[in-house]
Amino acid sequence: MTSAQPPAPVLSVRQLSVVFPARRGNPPVTAVDAVSFDIGRGQTLGLVGESGSGKTTTGRAILQLQPSASGSVHLLGQDLTAMPRAAVRRMRRHMQFVLQNPYSSLNPRMTVAQTLAEPLQVHRTVAPAQIAARVAELMELVGMDPTMVARYPHEFSGGQRQRIVIARALAVNPDFVVCDEPVSALDVRTQAQIVALLQSLQEKIGLSYLFIAHDLAIVRHVAHRVAVMFGGQIVELGDAAQVYDSPAHPYTRSLLDAVPIPDPALQRQKLALAPPEPQFHQHAQPARPCVFGEDHTATGTPAWHPVAGGHGVSCRFWPEQP
Amino acid sequence: MAVAESLLRVRDLTAQFTTRGVTSQVVQGVSFDIAAGEAVGFVGESGSGKSVTARAVMRLAPEGSSVRWGGAVHFRGQNLLQLEERQMLDVRGRRIAMVFQDPMTSLNPVMTVGSQIDDMVRRHTGVSRAAARRRTVDLLGLVGIRDPQRRANDYPHHFSGGMRQRVLIAIAVSCEPDLLIADEPTTALDVTVQAQILRLLMRLRQELGMALMLITHDFGVIAGMVERVHVMLRGEIVEAGAIDSVFSDPQHVYTRALLDAVPRLTTPGRSA
Repeated sequence: MTSAQPPAPVLSVRQLSVVFPARRGNPPVTAVDAVSFDIGRGQTLGLVGESGSGKTTTGRAILQLQPSASGSVHLLGQDLTAMPRAAVRRMRRHMQFVLQNPYSSLNPRMTVAQTLAEPLQVHRTVAPAQIAARVAELMELVGMDPTMVARYPHEFSGGQRQRIVIARALAVNPDFVVCDEPVSALDVRTQAQIVALLQSLQEKIGLSYLFIAHDLAIVRHVAHRVAVMFGGQIVELGDAAQVYDSPAHPYTRSLLDAVPIPDPALQRQKLALAPPEPQFHQHAQPARPCVFGEDHTATGTPAWHPVAGGHGVSCRFWPEQP
Repeated sequence: MAVAESLLRVRDLTAQFTTRGVTSQVVQGVSFDIAAGEAVGFVGESGSGKSVTARAVMRLAPEGSSVRWGGAVHFRGQNLLQLEERQMLDVRGRRIAMVFQDPMTSLNPVMTVGSQIDDMVRRHTGVSRAAARRRTVDLLGLVGIRDPQRRANDYPHHFSGGMRQRVLIAIAVSCEPDLLIADEPTTALDVTVQAQILRLLMRLRQELGMALMLITHDFGVIAGMVERVHVMLRGEIVEAGAIDSVFSDPQHVYTRALLDAVPRLTTPGRSA
C-alpha cells in the first residue's frame, strides 16, 4: 500500500468474554461473548442494547474492573489483560469512567475541590502547588463557575453534578472514557446540554468514548460508530448512518422501531399497530446453515457477515422462520 | 368542551411543603379538568411540580415532608381535599389508582406477586380468597403476563423490570378505577419495554373506559398517548392545549425548548 497507514486505534478489543461463575445451582453465565471492536482517536462508539445484554459488563471488563475469561483489551497499544495489577493501575490515568447516577457517584462529604483534586494526587499528574489551578481549569472546561469549588454535591442540580463527574474523569487527561448511561437519569433538556458538553470536549482534547446507552436517539447524536448487543454478543456493528438507516439484524430493527416518535399523529398510528414481537433465540444456534445459507460449523468461519464497508451483522439469534 | 363532563376538576391547587423547617411553595394555582375516559398529559422537568400535582389528587405527601394543600380537587363532585382520611381510603386505590416510576421498589419482596394482588382485591371488594385469586389470575392475564396461574406464585425478584411494571398496573386497575395516574411509568425501562407498557396503557384505557393522567419529562413518550397536554414550570401550568397543536405550534418559549430537546432518530448524526 502506498497510502499512509491508518493511525492505530486508541482502544482495541478482541474476542473479549466475561463469564460469571455458577451460583446456587445455576449454570455459569456468559455475560459477554467474544466481543471485538476498535475505537479510534477522537471517535465515539455507541454501545446499545437492553438491560442484561452485557453492555455495562463489557465496559467494566475493558476498564479491568471485571475479570475477563478470555480475549484481549489493548489501550494505546498495551494489552491490559496481560498486565500485572500495578501496571494496570498506572494505565488508569489513560482510561476513566462516567456513570449514570450523578447522585451516587460523588462522595457527599467531599467538596468539589476535594473531589477534583483526588485523582490528581493519586496519579501525581500535576505538582501539589498546581492542583488548585488545575481544579479551576477543570471547572471551566465543563462550563462551571470555578468559585463554586468549596461547595458540596447536594448544593448542585443533577446536570451540574454530572458536569462535576465529567470534570473528575478528565482531571488526569485520559485518552479514553467509558460513559455508561451518562444522561439517562437527567431531564431531556439537561441531557442535551451534557451530550453537547461531551462532544465539545471530544473535539477540544481528542477524547475517545465508549458511549453505553439504551436510548437509541441519543446514541444517534453522539456516536460515529454503533455496536448493537444482544445476549452478550455484538449482533450488528457499523457507522451510525449505516446502522440507523439500513439496520440489518432484526433485533436492531425492533430496537429502532420501539423509539417513540415525537409527532402525535405518527406515534398514535404506531401505538395502534400490533407490537412487532420477533422471537429471538435465547442462545445462538451454532449447528445447521445460518440465514445467509452458510454452515459455520462446517466451514469454521465466524458468524459474522459483512454488509458494506465497515458494516457487519451476526446471523445469531435470528428467528427460525424467514 | 362541556365542563359538566368533568370527572376531575382541579381549581387553584397549591402545595406548600415543610421539610426540616424550610417551607416552599411547589405548586401554585394549578387548575385543570379531566373528563371521564379522557387521557391527559403533564410534562415538565424535575422540580416543576408535576408529580406533586398528581399526588394531590391522591392526597399523598412525599415521605419525610409535611404538606399543606390549598384550592380544590373535585372528583365526581366531592372535594377530595376536604374528605376525612377514612373517606379518602375509599377513593384511593378504588376510584383513583396510581402507578409510579420505579417498579423495583414498589412491590413487597417477601410476598408472592399473586398474594399482593389478592390483598388489594379483597380489601376493596371483600370477596373470598378463592374468588380473589381467580380475579388476580385474570388481571395478570389482562396485563399480558403469560401463564398467569403459575406466575402468581412467583416473587417479585423473579420478574424483570417491565414485568414488574405490568404487575403494578394490574394492581392499579384491579378495582377498575375511573382514573389511572401514571407518574413516569416507563422512565426506568428499556425502550422496547417502554413501547409495550405504553401500548398496554392504551389498551386498558379502552377496555376499562378509564381516564388517564400521564406524567412525564419526555414529550416523545406522551406524543401518541394523550388528547391534551399541560406543560409545567416552577409549580405553574405555563401552556395547555390539544396535543397536536402544542406539538405543531407551541406558544410558550419553555414548551419550545422542551420540544427542541427531544432527541430524534431522523436527524443525521456524526460520520466516522
